[in-house]
Parts: sequence; structure tokens; C-alpha cells
Amino acid sequence: MSQLEVEDLEVYYETEDGPAQAVDGVSFELEQGENLGIVGESGCGKTTLAKAIIGILPDAGYVNGGSINFKGDDLTELSGPERRRLKWEEISMIAQSAMNSLDPVYTIREQIVEAIETHRPGTGRVESNEIVTEMFELVGLDPDRADDYPHQFSGGMRQRAMIAMALALEPSLMLADEPTTALDVIMQDQILKRIGSIQEEINSSMLVITHDVSVVAETCDRVIVMYAGKIAEEGPVEEIFNQPYHPYTIGLKRAFPNIRMQDQDLLSISGYPPELIDPPQGCRFAERCPMATDKCREEEPEAHHNNGLRSYCHYADEIDSELRPYADDPKTWNQTAAAQEAGGD
Amino acid sequence: MSDDDVLLEVDNLKKHFKVNEGWIASLLQSVSGGEPDYVHAVDGVSFELREGETLGLAGESGCGKTTTGMSLVKLHEPTAGDIEYDDKRLSEASDAELKEFRQNAQMIFQDPFESLNPRMTVYDIVAEPLRIHDIRNETARVQRALEFAELEPAEQYFDQYPHELSGGQRQRVAIARALVLDPDFIVADEPVSMLDVSLRAGVLSLLDRMTEEFGLSVVYISHDLSLLRHMCDRLAIMYMGKIVEKGPTDQIIENPQHPYTQALINAVPVPDPDVGRERVELQGEVGDVIDIPTGCRFKDRCPKHMGEVCDKVVPPLEQKADVDADQDIACHLFESAEGYDPYEELEGRSAASDASDDTESAPADD
Repeated sequence: MSQLEVEDLEVYYETEDGPAQAVDGVSFELEQGENLGIVGESGCGKTTLAKAIIGILPDAGYVNGGSINFKGDDLTELSGPERRRLKWEEISMIAQSAMNSLDPVYTIREQIVEAIETHRPGTGRVESNEIVTEMFELVGLDPDRADDYPHQFSGGMRQRAMIAMALALEPSLMLADEPTTALDVIMQDQILKRIGSIQEEINSSMLVITHDVSVVAETCDRVIVMYAGKIAEEGPVEEIFNQPYHPYTIGLKRAFPNIRMQDQDLLSISGYPPELIDPPQGCRFAERCPMATDKCREEEPEAHHNNGLRSYCHYADEIDSELRPYADDPKTWNQTAAAQEAGGD
Repeated sequence: MSDDDVLLEVDNLKKHFKVNEGWIASLLQSVSGGEPDYVHAVDGVSFELREGETLGLAGESGCGKTTTGMSLVKLHEPTAGDIEYDDKRLSEASDAELKEFRQNAQMIFQDPFESLNPRMTVYDIVAEPLRIHDIRNETARVQRALEFAELEPAEQYFDQYPHELSGGQRQRVAIARALVLDPDFIVADEPVSMLDVSLRAGVLSLLDRMTEEFGLSVVYISHDLSLLRHMCDRLAIMYMGKIVEKGPTDQIIENPQHPYTQALINAVPVPDPDVGRERVELQGEVGDVIDIPTGCRFKDRCPKHMGEVCDKVVPPLEQKADVDADQDIACHLFESAEGYDPYEELEGRSAASDASDDTESAPADD
């Protein structure tokens, strides 16, 4: 059995105009020790998904259906105290902004020790302090600085302190929401490397949520590409990058500059994601897809399985034979972009 | 390269900001008699911008790239150094000449949500520079600028307010506003970092067309080296207020020489799972830009630190003997092509410091 099984999950936000379907029928599995990346544009539902898993949805958000199975427990059915026990101990979160995630009036040590003692009652102060020292060394911080307050740390150090805290209880699942987006590349690189080696040591799995496809390419075993609350495509990282079947994945990949490539022709996906309050019937990407047909606008695509990938596109089975060169050509997309811009906003 | 095609010559530009500028701080200072502290945001930067080229300024946060960019369009008054435009030193320029310069130097900011006045219509936003500079033919110019920015039909946007537009459209309005005066060059500070990946390419290709169709020069400021590689002809890598390496983009990216440039480029993730990447781990973090260290600013983190010469002598940005002529490097690892010998200076310095105690006169006088 997989460590985490999300099935047909629906997460809605209550708004004045009715519920916004932020996550709509998402299913996936995560094995112990595996790294799964979730990529997509802002508003595609990737952060909502993580918040639903750890149980920190804002007040307006609620799980409307489906299940989140973690080691045999359905997280959506657990009571408050049971969930709290799981938080930090089994599942921990590395948030994007460490600045807002650390309490400014406690030292870093106090915050980590508090987490340890709350979840492992009976842990002595000496032992807790040993864990703090060990974690600080793991993330490359000087343990002598554990008694500093968050404001005495630089952004990179705070992010590392946050990671030390997330790791202190050796969770079996880590949710990393844009863990390095706020950092400079050199610091990002060091932190990702550290997370990787720690993970190997404690054999935890990780869900990496980011818009940066290059971070996913380097850290994950499998990738989910989300679009407007739904999975567009899912599969092993090599296949997603080398031979994707969904036009959105192809577009997203070609929109991202690669430092190793000279004279790269970048592609722009015209338009904007649809409203999630009243999403279009049919494929949600149809409006922006240069290959869309009437069928795409009317019928919601089923999963098509090719080469280890699960692709929600009506034409996934055909893309290999005819459509790929067309979809891979930036001109195809840029023409659509020009046509759409001419047509209004 | 002849001197004729140089549009802008930046000569040893410095911009220092006073720390604690409030009256309490100055009162305390006058009581204690201490020297005020300065942030050395830009500390002796020289480069030229050629006609029609795209120059990238890259580096981590706090390296001084944005301050340099703002100084280029005169949004900052330099603390020292000068900018030469059209064979004229800006420090000596008359008011009329400065006004002409401002017309020719435009800037596009990172955040189109902040940089456009929310109370003005798109038409007024784009027309404002024309009014300031007393230029006629307003409507036709505004229309042309909007159409160039692919906001078509332009009339449809005239009466809209920024909040009615998406992020990508707002940045296009900012570009139209910058272009409406037919400037000679534009400084673009992270123009797409606030936009979603799928929309970036559209704005980038617009900036590309700008250089091609108008022969504009662009200074492109970004921390994103993948993007700069895609956009720029030449790159300058900055670290703690100084340029450590500059040269043609492909050369800098594929064959970086300065240890910092090497670490920076190696740290950029590659969106291709089949590409393995060599990882160099740097020690420590970017140093203190208030109390500037002596010698090379990268010395404490440098994996190739050589000792006293790195600790004491500021490496000048210059041509090196064994490196391509158009790639300049500020590092003692390479022998100068211009005959400069840092060791000579090192000896001179240690002789001098024996005589007088080497105290806070550290900020490099170069």
C-alpha cells in the first residue's frame, strides 16, 4: 500500500458568487521515500492541495468530497486532536515564507523544542537540545545560533531553520510549498541538496509544490502537472520532460528558459486560466490550447495511458503520430496568442 | 569595436546610502562624534552600453544591480563616478541636456501593479511622458506605442484603468509608456518575474522586438540567469556592489572564469532530468556591505582563495592574459593582460601599514 493515497479529492472555497472549485477530482498515490512534484501556474490548486493534506485550509475552504488516505487513516475524517498528532510528527510542512512561519518572540531553539515536547511528551530538555543541535548541523547552521531570534537570521538562514524544524521529528512525509522560491540560486541549490541528503537518511517522502519546472526536474521522481484544479498529466519525471502527451505540459516546458541552451525559442501560452466558480465544461485547457477541437470544448477528457504517463487529453493517443511536431513548435502557440489578443482581452 | 557605437559609458560609478538618516540618529552621531555608516550598494562599477545591444546585469539580491540600473536613468544621483552619454558627462550637463537625457533613458519596473498609477487611465499613463516633455501629436503616439506593445485595438484600452487589466497587460502598458518617447535605451528591472511562466515569453518577445525594430539598447536586470542567457548579448555579473566578470553571454555562461560566476552558474537548476549538474558548495553568505572587507569581496567564500593577495588587494576588473579579450575578470587567479601586478601593490601596502596602523581606511580607494 502506498503511503499517501488521494482519491477524487475536491476542495472548494466559499465565495460570494458560489463555491470556487480549487481542487476538482484529483487522485494520486505517493510511495514511501518517493519525491512527487506538483507544478502549475498560480491558481491551479497546487497549494490548496497541500493545505488540504496537512489540514490547514483557511476558513472559507473545505473538502467537498473524496479521501486522503495516509498510512491507512482517512485524514478528512480524523478529529482535530488526531490530526494535530499527525502534524509535525508524521507530516510536516516547509512553507514558502519562513519569515511568516516562525514566531518572532521566541528563539529558534524554543520553537523547535516546543514542537518536540508537544509531540513526544517525556522527551527531556537535554535530549531535545541534542536534536536541535543535530538538526542545525544537518541544515548547515551553526548550533550556537539556535538561541537567536528569527529577526537575527538572514532569509536563507530562516528558511534553513524552518527546514530544521520540519525535520526535527523525522516525519515520514514532507510537504514543501515553494521551499526555495524566496531564495537566491546559490542558497536554493544548497538547501535542496541538504533536503535531499536528509531525506535519504530518514527515508521520508516529499511533495514538492512549485511553479519552477527546473527544480522539479532535479529533485523529483514523479511529477503532476495541474491546470485549473485538475490534473493535466502525471508520470515519471523523465517521461514528463522528454515526451509529454498533454499540450499544456508541452507548452509549459517550452515556456521555461534553459540555461544550457543557446538561442532557445520560448513559447507563450496565450490567455488565462478559466474561472473556477463556473468552470467550462469539457477540457479546462481548451480555450488556450492551439489544438483544441469542438470535442475538447464539450467533453471532459478521460485519462489516457501512454508510456507510463496518465494524460487527460482527448488526443493523447494520437499526439505521437501526428500532433507532436505541431505542438512542439512555438509558432503554433504564438499564432494562437496573436489571434486571441486581437480578439479582445 | 570603435568608440562610436558606445551609447553610454559608466565610469567608476558609486552609490552609497547613509544608514540611519533620521534626526535622532544624526543627533546621536553629533554627540558621539562617530563617523556615519554607509551601505556601499554600488561601489565602483564601469561598463559601456553599446548601441542596439542588450546587456544583462546579474547577481544575487543585494549585489547592487537595481541601484546600478536606477543610477543609469538618473533616479539616483551617484555618490562618485560619472556616466557619459553622447560624449557628454552627465555631472557637467546643463538642465536642458539633462532633460534630453531623461527623455532618452526610460525604465521598466518589476511590479506592474505598483508602477502604474491606479487613478489614471491607460491613455493618460502612456501620454504623461509626452506632456512632461511637451511633445505634440499625442494621440497618434500613444496609439502607436500601445499597438507596438500588442494592446490592440489601442482605442479599446484608452479608457481602462490598471486594475481592469491582467498582469501581462499591465506590463505591456508599462512598456508602451517607456517607448512612447522614442528613447535611446531602456533599463528593464526584472520585467517578467511577477508574471506567470506561461505569459513571460510573450512579454520577452516584445522586449526583443523593441531592440530589433527601434535599435534600442536595453539593460536587463535579473537574478534569473536562464532568462538572461535567452535575452542578452553581453552579461555583467555583480557581487557586493562590484562587477566581478563581464563579457559575451554565451562565453560567460559556458566558460565562466571568476570563482563566483562559476558557483552562480553551477547553482542554476536545469529543466532537464537527464542533465547532471556539478554542484559547488560555497561557504557562508554574502558579506557586509556596510563594513566592506579589504581585498577581494568574495575572499571568505572563495574555493580558490590564494592568501594574502586576495585578502588585501582589491582585484581590478580587467583583461586577462589567458582569457578571451572581450571577457573581463576581477580576480587575482589570472594574470593581467595589461601588466598590472597585484603583488607589487601588496608589498607597497604592507610597507605602508607598518608605518601607520591600518585602521578603518579599509574601503578600497581604487
